[in-house]
Amino acid sequence: MWAFINKLRSPKWFYAISARLQPWFWAAALLLIGTGTIWGLAFAPADYQQGNSFRIIYVHVPAAFLAQSIFVSMAITGLVFMVWKIKICDMAAAMMAPLGAAMTFIALFSGAVWGVPTWGTWWMWDARLTSMLILLFLYLGVIALRGAFTSRDSASRAASVLAMVGVINIPIIKYSVDWWYTLHQPATFTITGRAAMPMEMWAPLLIMVLGFYSFFIALTLTRVRSEILRRESNKHWVRELAGETR
Amino acid sequence: MAFDTLQEFFAMGGHAPYVWSAWGLTAALLLGCVLHARAERRQLLRQLERRVRREGRLAADPARATPIQHDSGGYTNDA
Repeated sequence: MWAFINKLRSPKWFYAISARLQPWFWAAALLLIGTGTIWGLAFAPADYQQGNSFRIIYVHVPAAFLAQSIFVSMAITGLVFMVWKIKICDMAAAMMAPLGAAMTFIALFSGAVWGVPTWGTWWMWDARLTSMLILLFLYLGVIALRGAFTSRDSASRAASVLAMVGVINIPIIKYSVDWWYTLHQPATFTITGRAAMPMEMWAPLLIMVLGFYSFFIALTLTRVRSEILRRESNKHWVRELAGETR
Repeated sequence: MAFDTLQEFFAMGGHAPYVWSAWGLTAALLLGCVLHARAERRQLLRQLERRVRREGRLAADPARATPIQHDSGGYTNDA
């Protein structure tokens, strides 16, 4: 653990290790999302009540999972950055935020268009929906806060603090469907629990969720490598990268 | 297959606007993220190359040198 944290202090080490890791995550993302898409859209049986509109679940649930996981990741990397001053963690937090906002938007949008044929309404101030909207605003707040400082150090600290405070919203999102049961149904899919769906519906969903997580890891690795080039361009080892293959 | 014909697949049992708009937005945003990350990396590598070339030229001909403002990245510590 400590050895790993100390290694994270070296952007050069991270640049090298991420170069080896990222092709695997990109390949996994492509394979899993490709399989999950074909299976979920064309092969999974239609829901006996919702018909084919239920196929929205295959983008809605993975996006909602990722939206929350990315915020927790930002809070953790923010904490590690504040405690140990590890720049890589701050870079990762900065690079994750737009993807998190995009995932939150996908979850809200796909939920709204799913709600029209299913609930008869695209929006209600239901606890789950409202707390997800707050999550979107928190993401936009973190992104805006980073852009609001001329000093990168101040921007990083402010964004870290907001991520650590805002993470309080995550358990609220998770338990909102149990605490205030108004519109959104409780979880039908968990990684660990018994599925409330037949296997032919559940398997492509699991594949999509894993694919979205692979995509998140792959994109973050790629973008942190770019961010290293941006922030560490004065370092000798970064200059030596110039002229190498892209 | 859950559908008999391609038309049925696109119609999604009458739910086409809902299913395809949700999937379309997701595909567009995921693809957008990939393209953005690729453009970002290429641009940064180009900038780095230009900068290294410029500094190489200056090292060869110090008379033309003008002081370069180095961006420390705004970090007060250098862990």
